[in-house]
Amino acid sequence: MRALDRKLVRELWGMRLQALAIALVIVSGVGVFIMSFSTVDSLYETRARYYREHRFAAVFAPLKRAPEALARRVETMPGVDRVQTRVVAFVSLDIAGFPEPVSAHLVSLPDHGPAAGAGVLNRVHLASGRLPQPGRTDEALISVELARAHDLAEGDTLRATINGRRERLTIVGLARSPEYIYQIAPGAMFPDPARYGILWMGRESLGNALDMDGAFNDLTLTVTRGASVEDVIDRLDTLLAPYGGTGAYAREDQLSHRFLTEELKQQRTIATVFPVIFFGVAAFLLNVVASRLIGLEREQIGTLKAFGWASADIGLHYAKLMLAIVLLGITGGIGLGILLGRGLSHIYMSFYSLPYMDFVLRPRVVAAAAAVSIGVALLGTLHAVRGAARLPPAQAMRPAPPPVYRATIVERLGLQRWLAQPTRMILRHIERRPLKSLLTTLGIAMACGIMMIGGFQRGAIDHMVGVQFGLSQRADLTATFTDPTSGHALYSLRSLPGVEHAEGLRSVPVRLRHGHRSYRTTLEGVAPDGRLLRLLDTDLKPIDLPPEGVVLNDYLAGLLGVRAGDVLRVEVLEGERRTLELPVAATARQYLGVGAYMQRAALNRLLREGDALSGVHLAVDARERRRVYALLKDMPRIAGIVEQAAAIRAFYDTLAQSVLFFTLVATLLGATIAFGVVYNSMRIALSERNRELASLRVLGFERGEVAYILLGELALLTLAAIPLGLAIGYGLCAYLAYAFQSDLYRIALVLERDVYALAALVVIISALVSGGLLWRSLGRLDMVAVLKSKE
Amino acid sequence: MAGARTSPDPVDGDDAPPPARSAPEHRSPQTSDAVPDAARRDAVFQVRGVTKVYRMGEVRVEALRGVDLALYAGELAVLLGPSGSGKSTLLNILGGLDTPTAGQVRYAGRDLAAASDRELTRYRRRHVGFVFQFYNLIPSLTARENVAVVTEIARDPMPPAEALDLVGLGARLDHFPAQLSGGEQQRVAIARAVAKRPDVLLCDEPTGALDSATGIVVLEVLERVNRELGTTTAVITHNAGIAQMADRVIVLADGRIAEVRRNAIRVAPRELSW
Repeated sequence: MRALDRKLVRELWGMRLQALAIALVIVSGVGVFIMSFSTVDSLYETRARYYREHRFAAVFAPLKRAPEALARRVETMPGVDRVQTRVVAFVSLDIAGFPEPVSAHLVSLPDHGPAAGAGVLNRVHLASGRLPQPGRTDEALISVELARAHDLAEGDTLRATINGRRERLTIVGLARSPEYIYQIAPGAMFPDPARYGILWMGRESLGNALDMDGAFNDLTLTVTRGASVEDVIDRLDTLLAPYGGTGAYAREDQLSHRFLTEELKQQRTIATVFPVIFFGVAAFLLNVVASRLIGLEREQIGTLKAFGWASADIGLHYAKLMLAIVLLGITGGIGLGILLGRGLSHIYMSFYSLPYMDFVLRPRVVAAAAAVSIGVALLGTLHAVRGAARLPPAQAMRPAPPPVYRATIVERLGLQRWLAQPTRMILRHIERRPLKSLLTTLGIAMACGIMMIGGFQRGAIDHMVGVQFGLSQRADLTATFTDPTSGHALYSLRSLPGVEHAEGLRSVPVRLRHGHRSYRTTLEGVAPDGRLLRLLDTDLKPIDLPPEGVVLNDYLAGLLGVRAGDVLRVEVLEGERRTLELPVAATARQYLGVGAYMQRAALNRLLREGDALSGVHLAVDARERRRVYALLKDMPRIAGIVEQAAAIRAFYDTLAQSVLFFTLVATLLGATIAFGVVYNSMRIALSERNRELASLRVLGFERGEVAYILLGELALLTLAAIPLGLAIGYGLCAYLAYAFQSDLYRIALVLERDVYALAALVVIISALVSGGLLWRSLGRLDMVAVLKSKE
Repeated sequence: MAGARTSPDPVDGDDAPPPARSAPEHRSPQTSDAVPDAARRDAVFQVRGVTKVYRMGEVRVEALRGVDLALYAGELAVLLGPSGSGKSTLLNILGGLDTPTAGQVRYAGRDLAAASDRELTRYRRRHVGFVFQFYNLIPSLTARENVAVVTEIARDPMPPAEALDLVGLGARLDHFPAQLSGGEQQRVAIARAVAKRPDVLLCDEPTGALDSATGIVVLEVLERVNRELGTTTAVITHNAGIAQMADRVIVLADGRIAEVRRNAIRVAPRELSW
């Protein structure tokens, strides 16, 4: 090893704690970078493989009923590759020992032909057991999550109300499907595996049960390479319109697919935002440390240059020192990233219904993390290293001229008589290097800001749920009918014992158009002065639903670019498929979904129908809930029941894991930065002012008084950093709220006081720990040696 | 890494062989600054009208105010003067550590004043050895490594152990600076300076931080290097007693040469009156 490299190794060892503090910040940056990107890549890769192996369809077309022969015509349409017709239905289930309503989507599996069994498209993945035997009317597959929630296995039975008839089904296998990676009941906002699941039955048996013999009510297809999905959808809509088609949609609009895509998008946002902060802080720390180190080694640099070492060699020497720290950080970061990435992928795997998880760590992700870290390190040290290399040797060997101090602004304002000498020293030192003081403050502030993100997620979800379910959607139960039903149903439900209040709703699939923008959603006709569904304005005050016109939620209004007063074109995708021009009466604040609303009576009128209902919102006495469930289960026309409170609970259970994980990561990382910045700043302040402080000790200052000068400055900077950090945290949360908004949900920018408090507390604790470490160093201050040395 | 270069530079072109190392011949008693013609041809350094002004913080310092001087091959010259007289500045300029504000410094026919930073680096690497008052050893390297840090980039160095042997430290090769006395540290510094077999050895107050007994040991090493290796040596000191060991004594005051005198005989260091 060359002598200069030995110097490097020994010096690195000498500054090991400082180096470790910096390396930790880089570990955090690289770790989060790799965690996020590997999770995103793993999910993409896993999803792609799952879609490929199980032939996930590209177009989905629900309809009322069409003869099987129509499938031949679809197959011959240009652009269509494979076609799969199915019979599907929403059914309610009765699971022994579980009184609450459970609903399920029942999907047929082909009995005959080459695709018998799992099907041509959206093939099921059999986790255990076997497929139903053709012709057996009592065999079914159930989704893995539903089985897990109720501890069901092959051989167990359950009851399903199919087309008004109660059928006893034996579970022959547990399965998954690429169509239901994210499982959510219609009308629900969160997955709830205990109350909603998927069932598969043989085509013939299900067809008979649903009176769909020789017919289908659902069609999926894939398109040929290069074909336009839009064109296929247009042709399909025309073809299926007479058969009650409610509008075909592409994979991008398929709920499960879309939710996963949104999740991946968010993960990408995290993958960019966080590492940027970490790398910024790391660059600053490296700069500070390199400047100081080079300052201390001024004479050594001069000596080396005197003996003919070239500037480039000197520069390289210090760059290598910094790179050694960075490489340590990169190595640790890769390890941490893989660990966290695997952990997060695992959480995703349990959150989504995936049969497997291919953990993918692309070499280019690792290479990018390393390249960015090294780039940042070089950028951070460039200035200091270049300064060292450029210093003329003769000047380098002379002691640096005494730093120029001035009276601070506080003193110029005439306040100095209130300040003791040590306090003046603190203020002058801060003011002499405003940029460095500012950057230190900024670094600590960043730590504070990062920690707020963890708390923000939890609080924002609480707020979102509180507003959505406490103020807006307040029904205990929502029952949906298999078909639009006469308004009399409302009265019979209202008269059930235990039902306190009932409000009917009519929902119809529509395409909304405004100018060149359009959006497919459901238009809901609701009670004008409803108690169970209320629309809220931006101040969360209920909106009076006008007799005419539609109310859009704010997100949908934004998507369509409409404001109250604009006229919207509404294409109804059901029944007569009328196209209407309706005024937008108002916009409503909603955190979930993409909703459009109007008075039910007005909607019935526009659809040229009588007093028709698609479902009912119910308020139920908690003590009577079980009885109501039992009664509803026996009602043949009820396709599904959503219990809001239970859904929210289930959502929290699932979410708690990932939020907890995220909060933990954010807090750990925030604390790392805080400690890294504070400890390094203190360490450097000590080395810069070693002589000055030792001199004061010689003059009779006590350790505490000397510590005051050093720690007082950092306390001042830390205190200044906290409000700044809280502001930065607010900004980061605002950015995340903005970046995370999707048509599935929006995150409210709500930050409770405890979020601010926790962030500030962690920063203060990090500062105190650093201060404690420094206090020990101050005890070892060698007064004699310092005064003997020539500088 | 060692800065290999392909283009010839003005200070060290192929056509500029280093000055001959010859043992000093001019030991005849002379009291003036007159120099024999034969010796004049052997001038290693020719300094003409050199001035140096630099800023120290907010203070402007006029360190040299027009210096003319020659140093000859193989001689041991002592630059004498009080602190602030400009002797360190002059030495730094001769060593290529600094450049003059005005004037000419010719080394082997090349002008150091006009040389670029790279050329000066090359010049220092090839031709100059330095010894400083505060040794300037690298604290994280052992005695042997402190020498190696220089021999690694030299063309034809002696092994570090041999250089340390030369200064009497053959037994303390693996000691860190903090484990050595001041005199030992300065001898490591001398070993470091001579290990590369420099053409000139420039010493800035080499005994300034040492007691007299230790100082004499250090001076003996310098004298021996000058005598045995024939290295042109310039020693800065404010200690007039040391001047007797020189061939020539150059006295500086206020940034100018006040006097140049030739010693009739070189006094051995151990006989110096300190």
